[in-house]
Amino acid sequence: MLLGKLTLDAVPYHEPIIMATMSGVGLIGLVLVALITRYGKWGYLWKEWLTSVDHKKIGVMYIAVALVMLLRGFADALMMRGQLAIATGGHLGVLPPEHYDQIFTAHGVIMIIFMAMPFMTGLMNIVVPLQIGARDVAFPFLNSLSFWLLTSAAGLVMMSLFVGNFARTGWVAYPPLSELSFSPDVGVDYYIWALQISGLGTTLTAINFLVTVLKMRAPGMKLMQMPIFTWTCTWANVLIVTSFPILTGALAMLSLDRYLGFHFFTAEAGGNAMMYLNLFWAWGHPEVYILVLPAFGIFSEVVSTFTGKRLFGYKSMVYASGAISILGFMVWLHHFFTMGSGANVNAFFGIATMVIAVPTGVKLFNWLFTLFRGRLRFEPPILWTLGFMVTFTIGGMTGVLLAVPGADFLLHNSLFLIAHFHNTIIGGAVFGYLAGFSFWFPKVFGFKLNPRWGKAAFWFWQVGFYFAFMPLYVLGFLGMTRRLNHTDNPAWTPWLYLACVGALLIACGIACQLVQLYVSVRDRKQLADPTGDPWNGHTLEWSTSSPAPFYNYAKLPAVHDIDAFTDMKEKGVAYVVPTSYEPIHMPKNTAVGIAIGAFTTALGFAMIWHIWWLAVAGLIGIIGSMLTRAFDDDLDYYVQPNEVEAIERERFERMGIDVDAYSEREPARKPSSGVKPATLV
Amino acid sequence: MRNCSSSRLVLWLSPLALVLLTGCQGGILDPKGQIAADEKSLIVTATLLMLLVVVPVIVLTLVFAWKYRASNVNATYAPKWAHSAKIEAVVWLIPIIIVSFLAVLAWRTTHALDPYRPLDSDKKAVKIDVVALNWKWLFIYPELNIATVNQIAFPKDVPVDFRITSDTVMNAFFIPQLGGQIYAMAGMQTQLHLIANAAGTYDGFSSNYSGAGFSGMKFNAIATATPADFDKWVAQVRAAGQPLDIDAYRQLAVPSENHAVAYYTAPTSRLFDAVMHKYMAARTSLALSEEDIKLDALTKRLCAPAAARSVN
Repeated sequence: MLLGKLTLDAVPYHEPIIMATMSGVGLIGLVLVALITRYGKWGYLWKEWLTSVDHKKIGVMYIAVALVMLLRGFADALMMRGQLAIATGGHLGVLPPEHYDQIFTAHGVIMIIFMAMPFMTGLMNIVVPLQIGARDVAFPFLNSLSFWLLTSAAGLVMMSLFVGNFARTGWVAYPPLSELSFSPDVGVDYYIWALQISGLGTTLTAINFLVTVLKMRAPGMKLMQMPIFTWTCTWANVLIVTSFPILTGALAMLSLDRYLGFHFFTAEAGGNAMMYLNLFWAWGHPEVYILVLPAFGIFSEVVSTFTGKRLFGYKSMVYASGAISILGFMVWLHHFFTMGSGANVNAFFGIATMVIAVPTGVKLFNWLFTLFRGRLRFEPPILWTLGFMVTFTIGGMTGVLLAVPGADFLLHNSLFLIAHFHNTIIGGAVFGYLAGFSFWFPKVFGFKLNPRWGKAAFWFWQVGFYFAFMPLYVLGFLGMTRRLNHTDNPAWTPWLYLACVGALLIACGIACQLVQLYVSVRDRKQLADPTGDPWNGHTLEWSTSSPAPFYNYAKLPAVHDIDAFTDMKEKGVAYVVPTSYEPIHMPKNTAVGIAIGAFTTALGFAMIWHIWWLAVAGLIGIIGSMLTRAFDDDLDYYVQPNEVEAIERERFERMGIDVDAYSEREPARKPSSGVKPATLV
Repeated sequence: MRNCSSSRLVLWLSPLALVLLTGCQGGILDPKGQIAADEKSLIVTATLLMLLVVVPVIVLTLVFAWKYRASNVNATYAPKWAHSAKIEAVVWLIPIIIVSFLAVLAWRTTHALDPYRPLDSDKKAVKIDVVALNWKWLFIYPELNIATVNQIAFPKDVPVDFRITSDTVMNAFFIPQLGGQIYAMAGMQTQLHLIANAAGTYDGFSSNYSGAGFSGMKFNAIATATPADFDKWVAQVRAAGQPLDIDAYRQLAVPSENHAVAYYTAPTSRLFDAVMHKYMAARTSLALSEEDIKLDALTKRLCAPAAARSVN
């Protein structure tokens, strides 16, 4: 009773794969704890990171979580491809449905909710406040809270591996399969609580960043002068605040069915599973644009930076993103043309879906015309972008094909569909995040990533992608449906082998990125970025030092152009040494975010296992933490001018600008050594 | 099939190459009925239409990237060139034109290929009621008074009218070589109209994940060369079949995996309706006709005491 449904049997002792993973994870954890203790870094970790409200540090932590979850989700992918390569021609493979079905469910949930979303949110955290010339987000504590809610949810998903099990429903968890009568164990409950908690964090982040871009732009920056990445993030945030509540509602109804015997989506007693499909995809379709729009923004920044050109058709880009956002809400039914809607309904949603190809096509053309008459430097970020432009175009085409109901009747739920959405999510969103990762890495850490390993990673990912997913298009044509545990069609076998090879190539790509991180940290002196502007960038984030100081800007920049920093460089005011500094108002760190995260984990775990006393304790802890924060008046402080001056002086000296020799009103000249000229033209 | 894998190189060019890989056995590129053939040609047409814009975009990406590489100092460099009303008009217009064509195509074909639309034929359709169970398919021929598990037959060139429901979670009924799929949902009925234009045995399966036994939820669809062959098959079912009464049905509804083909005779009348009605049993109709009362009684027998529906 004290532990609800939780018993020792919930730990899968008899499963060698899980036990090996568990000991591996435990070992890595122990080593980390030992290392942190050995070097006395607990205080540093706590003060500088875990309790930080600095948007850049929160962004880094988001990306750290995303990378860990990428490894987990990718391990799932390897197991699936391995299973399907073995389980052909009558073999059942090594993973029985009991496991395999959890793996494909976890793979989908992790890659979308716990890899792509935090990666996107992390980049947005790091970059958006810098791009609009703000010192932090509108609500820094809320930002920390959002991160810890996400981490709490990710923790629950990881726990499901070792305590109990995860859902065996597919990542969409369609009822009635996800209802209590067909999924009586805790798997679906892990799913529900993980999505609810992370969804809450995501919604809070979106509100936070919407307020930030509306209220905290640098003096002079009009909405139509915001950098394009900030714009696409803003559209994504609009989508989040409008669509995530739908998911929250749908999952709340599913919870009421499972916990209190309601009948929203049950097959019997007047429940209607079709309603869940509608609600799920009314969130799920905007969700893919939430993932991909910020990636589009990254590509725009990268193309215009590495061609040394203005972005072609900035306004078109902003309006196209807006059109995608609005249309993205009107197409959800194309996920279930095969549910038996009438021809008029299917045709309407099919055509609405195709219409999205118009603004998306415009974006592609605009990137093309940004390349046109540019001076293209082939650094890793631009490689990801070119790879995206080729790959995503194919994914877009197969997407429009699936939007034709008559074609979808044959292709729906087939591996063609799997190939299509990996084509757009990997070729679109993930390539974008990886481009952004190498693009903004120096801004966060003060040194560039090793380009050789970056290029190797790109080529493995790119080639691996084609090997892994083009065979899936073929398998779709050959009539193979998704979520099969084993197959016995000899025509499919070679393609399944090929797809497995592709997954291994992508694994090499991921390995290259890990090596790249190691090599770059080792060679950080040679790769250092002393100026803060390693790529000759266009936007404000490149005007401050790398790494950016915790207050971002000693003086808030004045903005006169879309490419605000290029404008400053051209006017020769990019590196003016200020004559004096003013106190800077900054938020104080707080442990309330991590505390609420911990209590939320307890609450979620308790709800999953029906440990009611712990649930009450967790809830009281959350409310108590909030009250503590609400009655805390010691939230902020001022950075004194002399401290700012010391930091800025060090930066200018690193750049070779003699601060003392600077006469007061003389416009800045570019330093001579080791720094690129302010303007290329 | 070997000829397919050998042309693997073609694959890297574009998915178009795959469409051209006809001659493969099975799958949606090898249709054996009018619906599937129309749907396949729709896929080909739509793909070709889109390639009109996709190929130039891909080629231009690579050409521009190469031509305007930084080391090529002879290429024009226009760092401030960021707007051209003409180009922007064109880049909005091109996708709009292509999508307009596609939209017309989609509107027409969606109506023509509506799974609920009965097929035009002078031959009387074969009626088959389909019930998805964990994890097998029950097929009832209401007009022939037979039922089967995991096998159906019908003469070629004769339309087949399916009514589809589920007595478990959601599934999808799919015979790729004959036409598109449609969901099977408890308490609800969907319809599908297919036709085979060549004799043969075609793979059918559930294409919507439904739990542990999903991978084995397969059936054969036999299109016989002549009506006489079909009659022979019906006779065979009648000869070998057991009666499908309520008890036999409830036995069948118990979850099982990789169920063998089974034949039944004399399915309880209106069994299909009762299976659907089962999920509405809590609702009472205000005006019950005599038929409704009978159906209600049948449903009650189907439900009481708690039918074995749990996955475990």
